[in-house]
Amino acid sequence: MNEQAVVSDAAAKARKRKKSMFVQTVKRLVKNKVSLIGFIILFIIILAVILADVLAPCDPEYMDYGAIHALPSAAHPFGTDNLGRDILSRLLVGGRYSLSLGFICAFVSLFVGVFFGNLVGYLGGRVDMVVMRLCDIFGAIPGQLLAIVISTALGSGFINTILAMTVGGFPNAIRGNRALALKEREMEYLEAARAMNCSKMKIVFKHMMPNTIPIQIVGTTMSIGHAIIGAAGLSFIGLGIQLPTPEWGAILSGSRKYVMDYPHEMLFPGLAILITVLAINMIGDGLRDALDPKLKN
Amino acid sequence: MWKYVLKRLFWLIIISICVAILIFSIMWFVPGDPAQIMLAGTGTQAEIDALRDRLGLSDPYLVQLGRFLYNAFIRFDLGDSYVYKVPVIVELGHRFPRTLILGLLTMIISSGIGIPLGINAAMNRNKFQDQGVLVFSMIFISVPQFWIALEMMILFAVKLRWLPTSGIDSWKCWIMPVLSGALSGIAMNARQSRSAVLETIRADFVTTARAKGVREQKVIYKHMLPNALMPIINGLGNTVCTMVSGSVIIETVFAFPGVGTYMMSAIGGRDYPVVRGCVLMLAIFAAVVNLIVDLIYGYLDPRIKAQYVNYGSRGAGRKGASA
Repeated sequence: MNEQAVVSDAAAKARKRKKSMFVQTVKRLVKNKVSLIGFIILFIIILAVILADVLAPCDPEYMDYGAIHALPSAAHPFGTDNLGRDILSRLLVGGRYSLSLGFICAFVSLFVGVFFGNLVGYLGGRVDMVVMRLCDIFGAIPGQLLAIVISTALGSGFINTILAMTVGGFPNAIRGNRALALKEREMEYLEAARAMNCSKMKIVFKHMMPNTIPIQIVGTTMSIGHAIIGAAGLSFIGLGIQLPTPEWGAILSGSRKYVMDYPHEMLFPGLAILITVLAINMIGDGLRDALDPKLKN
Repeated sequence: MWKYVLKRLFWLIIISICVAILIFSIMWFVPGDPAQIMLAGTGTQAEIDALRDRLGLSDPYLVQLGRFLYNAFIRFDLGDSYVYKVPVIVELGHRFPRTLILGLLTMIISSGIGIPLGINAAMNRNKFQDQGVLVFSMIFISVPQFWIALEMMILFAVKLRWLPTSGIDSWKCWIMPVLSGALSGIAMNARQSRSAVLETIRADFVTTARAKGVREQKVIYKHMLPNALMPIINGLGNTVCTMVSGSVIIETVFAFPGVGTYMMSAIGGRDYPVVRGCVLMLAIFAAVVNLIVDLIYGYLDPRIKAQYVNYGSRGAGRKGASA
């Protein structure tokens, strides 16, 4: 009876400690003003994008031929484009594409990187060699260039753009995770798991993966921003997502022709990308400080 | 060391061939028939078929791949452009040096300004220099390069009329393309070197050096910076790769007659030999730069150098550790 109490007491303590680690991180994150501001901005942007149908002053597809290339005014806060469409409304709706693209790309990269990196790093041997050589070949073509080529082959569209963007990032993601796995596999808890006759798959996915994913949090946060910029770049040069879909890069690409006479059409979509990515990077920086064990205390 | 260099050179050739195969295979799947596009509406089906035969487009995949590899690596011939009828290698010979200079200038400016900024920020942690660099770099890593390029164009070329919008006739034409790439490069380098220096400031050997009474100047320049700069040198290779691929977009903004604009115009026209040639050229260039950076890194860092010298036993060592 007594023994049981001790055990449950220890478990409760462990749970408390675990929770307090999380609470500590959150506390440090909130204390860091930069990341707090980042969180607030991103939250507002995501909310605005989700509620785009309610918030948008006009229908994003409605063409007002009386107000073509209109400058910012009360009716059109960000002005209108070459077809008289309200730019603010298009940005709000287009944010759905840009943001989801960024998040999906980052998480697909994270998943593929963690999955293959851990597996290959732990198993080693011939599998490791083959995958790493494949990474070398794909990695030899600079990421954005590979994205351009794949995007050319697949054609434009949401899913195709995600594919093009992520394939360019795989080699680095896998390489980074493999390096982590190589360090991790010498750890004692994995030795213990091996001693208990765990299967290799169980060791990799049940014991090793939960320990390598948290290290990726900062990198993944930052890569959301990179993906948004990269996708905008692809759309801008006429690949990726194309008009009339109001993805932010596509809006920029559409207003480029009129940049000499109507610079405001270029300004607001760019600012939308800048502020969103800035908020994400601020969160990433804050997370890095909050999670870095060397900066604790 | 020489054995290692030779090994890496051999590996570079293998990688180049694999990249060529990869690019060829990706382009194989591009929808659209070049013969049809070249004769755009004017040709009959028979003419299109004849052209396809002449360009070798009706041959099986492996035959075309073999021909491409043979021409590219044995005869250094990347084929003729379908649209301009000029050999791709000749055109690249004109355009590649411009892209190369653009990339090198961008890299020199971004590391020449970014690294000292980052070091200075780390030395004056939490003071205004540090805060300023942090805010600057935060903004410029979050901004799309092509948008900066366009905004600069509006400001300096349209409103102020200081600089031309495009072309490469005078040195003024280079300012904006270089600057639009360099701004984010400076930001990236400043951030990296700042965190690298902060990392070494906390290192034990710095404390030791101070404890034994080494002058502060010497601690900084002899003990701290060489160690802090190692990861930055290693990152230079990556920076070059980013700049090469970033240049594709920046070149299209300024209509800069480099490899990027050549490639983008070819993508629109389904000009396969041009696209393949450009990507292959840029990929081999990136691989060569990475190789050079790796070798310099290995030469400068005694820890890595030691690994090279008994390179053969490294695998055995790892095996022994896991057993």
